[in-house]
Amino acid sequence: MAERIDGVRKLFTSKSARVDTNRGDLYYQQLFDTCRARLDALREQPAVNRLDFDSLLTDEGQDRREFMKWVSAVTAMLMLPPMFTPLVAEAAELMNRLPVVWLELQDCAGNSEALLRSDGPKIDEIVLDIISLEFHESLMAPSGHQAEKQLEDAMEHFKGNYLLFVEGSIPVGAGRDWCTIGASGETFLDHLNRVAENAAAVVAVGACATFGGIPAAAPNPTGAVGVMDVVKGKPVINIPACPANPANMVGVVLHYALTGQVPELDSLLRPKFAFGYRIHDNCERRAHFDAGEYVEEWGDEGAKNNFCLYKMGCKGPMTFNNCSIVRYNEGVNWPIGVGRGCIGCSEPDFWDKYAYERPMANANIKAPTGGVEKTVDQFGLGLLTAAGIGIGIHAVASAVAGKREEGGEG
Amino acid sequence: MSKRHIVVDPITRIEGHLRIEAVIDENNTIVDAYSSSTMFRGIETILQGRDPRDCGLLAMRICGVCTGTHYQRSIEAVEDAFDITIPKNARIVRNLIQGALYVHDHLVHFYHLHALDFVDVVSALSADPAKTAEEARKWAGVAGVSPYTDGESEFKAIQERVAKFVKQGRLGIFGNGYWGNKHYKLTPEQNLIGVAHYLQALDIQRDLAKMQAIFGGKNPHPQSIVVGGVTCVQDIQNPARIALFKQLLSDGTKFVKQAYLPDVYMAGTMYADEATDSKATFTELIGGKGVGGTGGGLLNYMSYGDFRLDDTGFYKAKTLFPSGIVYGGDLSKVEAVDHEKIAEDVTHSWYEGSEPLHPYNGQTIPKYTGLDKRDDGIAYLKTGEKYSWIKTPIYNDTRVEVGPLARMIVGVASKDERITKYVTNFLKRGNLPVSVLFSTVGRTAGRAIETELMADVMMEWVDELAANAAAGDLRTWTEFDFDQVSVKTKGMGLAEAPRGSLGHWVRVENGKVANYQAVVPSTWNAGPRDYKGRMGAYEASLIGTKVADPEQPLEIIRTIHSFDPCIACAVHVVDTKGKSLGVYKLDSQCSI
Repeated sequence: MAERIDGVRKLFTSKSARVDTNRGDLYYQQLFDTCRARLDALREQPAVNRLDFDSLLTDEGQDRREFMKWVSAVTAMLMLPPMFTPLVAEAAELMNRLPVVWLELQDCAGNSEALLRSDGPKIDEIVLDIISLEFHESLMAPSGHQAEKQLEDAMEHFKGNYLLFVEGSIPVGAGRDWCTIGASGETFLDHLNRVAENAAAVVAVGACATFGGIPAAAPNPTGAVGVMDVVKGKPVINIPACPANPANMVGVVLHYALTGQVPELDSLLRPKFAFGYRIHDNCERRAHFDAGEYVEEWGDEGAKNNFCLYKMGCKGPMTFNNCSIVRYNEGVNWPIGVGRGCIGCSEPDFWDKYAYERPMANANIKAPTGGVEKTVDQFGLGLLTAAGIGIGIHAVASAVAGKREEGGEG
Repeated sequence: MSKRHIVVDPITRIEGHLRIEAVIDENNTIVDAYSSSTMFRGIETILQGRDPRDCGLLAMRICGVCTGTHYQRSIEAVEDAFDITIPKNARIVRNLIQGALYVHDHLVHFYHLHALDFVDVVSALSADPAKTAEEARKWAGVAGVSPYTDGESEFKAIQERVAKFVKQGRLGIFGNGYWGNKHYKLTPEQNLIGVAHYLQALDIQRDLAKMQAIFGGKNPHPQSIVVGGVTCVQDIQNPARIALFKQLLSDGTKFVKQAYLPDVYMAGTMYADEATDSKATFTELIGGKGVGGTGGGLLNYMSYGDFRLDDTGFYKAKTLFPSGIVYGGDLSKVEAVDHEKIAEDVTHSWYEGSEPLHPYNGQTIPKYTGLDKRDDGIAYLKTGEKYSWIKTPIYNDTRVEVGPLARMIVGVASKDERITKYVTNFLKRGNLPVSVLFSTVGRTAGRAIETELMADVMMEWVDELAANAAAGDLRTWTEFDFDQVSVKTKGMGLAEAPRGSLGHWVRVENGKVANYQAVVPSTWNAGPRDYKGRMGAYEASLIGTKVADPEQPLEIIRTIHSFDPCIACAVHVVDTKGKSLGVYKLDSQCSI
């Protein structure tokens, strides 16, 4: 765990992050002051008793040093300079004041399951010590009208202050009335709008809640869309992927607690700390891409030697996410680790554009930093130039070949 | 006397959106029930026209809980269509990915989705930690093991942690539960054991999920299965990965044997009244054979069979769980499953269609007719018409139940040595008759028995995989000519998920999916009435159950949860005669 955190810190602060992490002393001083004021305000809030974190740590048999190690890693993950470390620690202690409501709409519960796998902090710490999870259909004890009342109470008690997490898409087309929730038969659309109205910010987790995901895949039978297409006049943060990585969910919660603001977002409303660079940039098989060594068919010699999966349809070069650094399930593995290429699940419309077992040469993709559309070929060339390595001709050639084979797809 | 309708909406601690309306008589006994799913996405429609090799990744997203099962069934349907037999390594890896899911999923279900129906969290605060340790030893003794959590200090620490949490003022996910309901039957000490294991299981499940990630890349939604085999060749040949898998499995097994099974004995014994045949009304209403207790339901059990133990291919290989059907709880007979006899009816489902169709010919054309909205703010199912997004699967013109209990029952009826041994051991240790299995409590016990069996057998499999790789066999994929085999063909992936029999049917034409249908465990169990008006497993299982407090229908969610529903639910209690419900306090509170 500690080694991985160190690794994460290095990578997040390295130049490969492609996010402007050095924005000048003035900027950071101002942000620091904002955070300071925010935390002071949080501390003054009368809503709940303050958590005595020091005694909690002692009770739990954890020491302060371990905690601070975790805090400094989180600070780095949020791409903040070390001067913010004490503030992050303070935010973690105050976070039990951060009420969270979690709605499930057109979902598969995959993001709820992913949240259960959170390891830094662990799910029991999240639920008991860090946030107040006021409503979560998959986990909460009460059912029926008691569950509904719990939601009503939270909306009233924490009016304007709760973070609303949404999992699943929202049908707004032909299927607008097909999905209902509660005894009154309220549509998903009305339900979301009602609960979002008094939220401080809305966090869309997973491919469905962000960009519509699988229900929105062609022909989109229900007219499903993501949260940002429905909720207006309210900050929306997208944490895409299928499912979203719990590390990124926790990162957003921490950032919000710390600053009272949404983290810096790209043009698709994704936090740059997590989606500021491509899978490909930090891929463990990158050296093989650069060397022109590819898996050509499942289980071949290339597969046995962990060669690059680009020719087997890997969408890592055009997918913005931190999987290659954070990985999954406490860093045990990730899709490219098991020899199956990235399916591009943190990109919009990936089910129709990317999730194929073949390379996609001509997909139009948006760079999060500027909203500029580039094709894979351009990306490939850009990467090669940036890396200063001249060997990836093979990849570009195969990308062009793939384009021919695929015809007009994409 | 007038009858009343209870509305519970949503039923939480399940996956998805489900609504149930139940009718109780003057004695608070359920005399009628309707099960309805209120979410539609149309994934079968979305799969049409796609490349069959891509279906697995999409079909997997039908569910993020039985994650990987749909994936495997979908890939297998295509492999069946293409007549591909996968290599040994791929078969074992898939078994391990699925097996890891079984253990993980059952554990999460018992502790995090079901336990709070038996365990009163608030009561645990008044437990005596010393007596709790004693109690834990007692139930571990029944299971023939030492307790997972031992010692007064450990229980005391957990109790204090929970107490501190409660003192903070917001109970979060534990807020507004049915705490104090008189149908909670555990002592404070037993409740503390339950709460302690609830929290510890949160840790254990995270480790169990890692087993799936080792060969699957991540959990939920693994990514290493492809048409023809698996991709994780580097993980197979890496001794460190194998060792990690074994370590995680071993730690998880310890918790299963020393916490999960003892807890099932504890809960089963304390709730024994509900597992025995003392409910005359139950047998009268269902027409059963006098076996089982509360929540028994249909008493017809089906399993497609799963986990191939040799490499002879689909539907030829011997399987860990045999396939078969047992009717009326009669363990002396088992019938073979004939997939031709599977059909889906949409009489009471929000789809177009006039007669039951085999899944190869199945259609998914929405025909939503809505809810019956009344002035009191509550919307009711139009139960005489269409009332659910779930279709009604029928086998050989019979309604059947599927799931872990069905697998155990079919296994015993098939005289499968391994399954019979685990079931017999469980009953012998607890000094229980076999009839207790035919109930809500029995469904929960069946799942625990299966978890132990699965954990044990996986250790054999991972050794087999390591030995095979060490002997130099690294084949993970069978080659096929896509252009040739995908011209016109059809195939099915029929096996089991943690929740029961799960099938995917695909027809392929000119390299694209021409039709795709999935019939999932919760479809079998949660489906609405069929064209003859017969109930599904959820509906039937609620009949005859007495609800202690209609304001807190704990018994309804307990029985529904025992199926481990994979849909989002809602349960309603409404007036059979269509009278205004305003007179009942509970109804007015049910509206959002």
